[in-house]
Amino acid sequence: MVGRFTFRMKEDERLQPKHPVQSRGKVILTLFTSMLSISAFTFGGGFVIVSLMKKKFVGQLGWLDEGEMLDLTAIAQTAPGPIAVNAAVLVGWRMGGFLGMLAAVLGTILPPMAVLLALSACYERFAENRYVALMLKGMQAGVAAVILDVVWGLAGKVVGSRSALRIGLMVAAFVAAYFFKVNVILIILAAVLLSLVASLIQQRREKHAA
Amino acid sequence: MLLDLFLSFLQVGLFSVGGGYVAIPLIQQQVVALHGWIPMAIFNDLVTIAEMTPGPIGINAATFVGVRVAGLPGAIVASLGFILPSLLIVSLLGWLYYRYQKVQMMQSILGGLRPAVVALIASAALGIAMQAVFGSAKLLLSELDWLALVLMTAAFLALRLLKWNPILTMLLCGVAYLLLGIVIGL
Repeated sequence: MVGRFTFRMKEDERLQPKHPVQSRGKVILTLFTSMLSISAFTFGGGFVIVSLMKKKFVGQLGWLDEGEMLDLTAIAQTAPGPIAVNAAVLVGWRMGGFLGMLAAVLGTILPPMAVLLALSACYERFAENRYVALMLKGMQAGVAAVILDVVWGLAGKVVGSRSALRIGLMVAAFVAAYFFKVNVILIILAAVLLSLVASLIQQRREKHAA
Repeated sequence: MLLDLFLSFLQVGLFSVGGGYVAIPLIQQQVVALHGWIPMAIFNDLVTIAEMTPGPIGINAATFVGVRVAGLPGAIVASLGFILPSLLIVSLLGWLYYRYQKVQMMQSILGGLRPAVVALIASAALGIAMQAVFGSAKLLLSELDWLALVLMTAAFLALRLLKWNPILTMLLCGVAYLLLGIVIGL
């Protein structure tokens, strides 16, 4: 069944869609339920949601390949608005057209809206509750594990490419983002510029060699 | 009133480039300073709640402020205003991406962009892991939360080696921390 989480995921089945022939309605429903479940349990910012989307849409459903998901992440990060909604817009359009986009966005925003509506009446008791704090602390450890797992896979592929340019870019961008707190948009723009220059140099070399 | 809510959050959505921490001062300016919909003390509570609940802070704020000002319609109108700029701009960018994806120049740009995006996710991951284990970005052994470190490591191994479902893994971590925390009296 598409859209149902199984406890074990088979990531090795990546790039071979398990359900290559799907009706549009089913795709749209899967978009909605996937984003709903991801959004309902995701704490800690846009990159966590994107990591879970990568696991779901790349690993579990095989709808997108990894490179495409990274490109969509870059677009989602660069555009105004929350990364989670932006990424939902992109995956929604890609898989289910306009209706798919609406379904994915609704799935993304309904859980936080519902939680905040429920909490707006009694937020003080919630924020000061000891058990809630313990549960959230534990979930934070789980969130960290999920996003570290995704990073492990992605960074391994970059290192495996054995391209000095790519590995160097990754390390430099990490140092800039984590240690120097450089604005994310600036890092993305710098990476675009650098790879543009690198490709122009390469083209020129190829011309000379020819 | 509904129109004011819509236009205020439309501006927040349009100018919050780069995630939640950019959005917070923009929301504050609109709902506290400009319109006085909620006082500063409640805004601070709102930021705390937003960190404790799922979803982007913009949606959280739009819902919270909207329902206080104009009930359920207020919450819906404010949230719609907040996401409308994203819908339009991102749809356009997505269209451009899929149209020019195959162009040689675009290919080489994306080739360099992807490692940078991996680095950004890695940076977020390390930040969250430090927060979970040390309670801040500082590496202080005295602040080390052993229980969180053990759970995080176990969850990482379960995800990597056993391919556990991520959402279930996160929930299990929460329940385990709650139960163990009560047992050892945190």
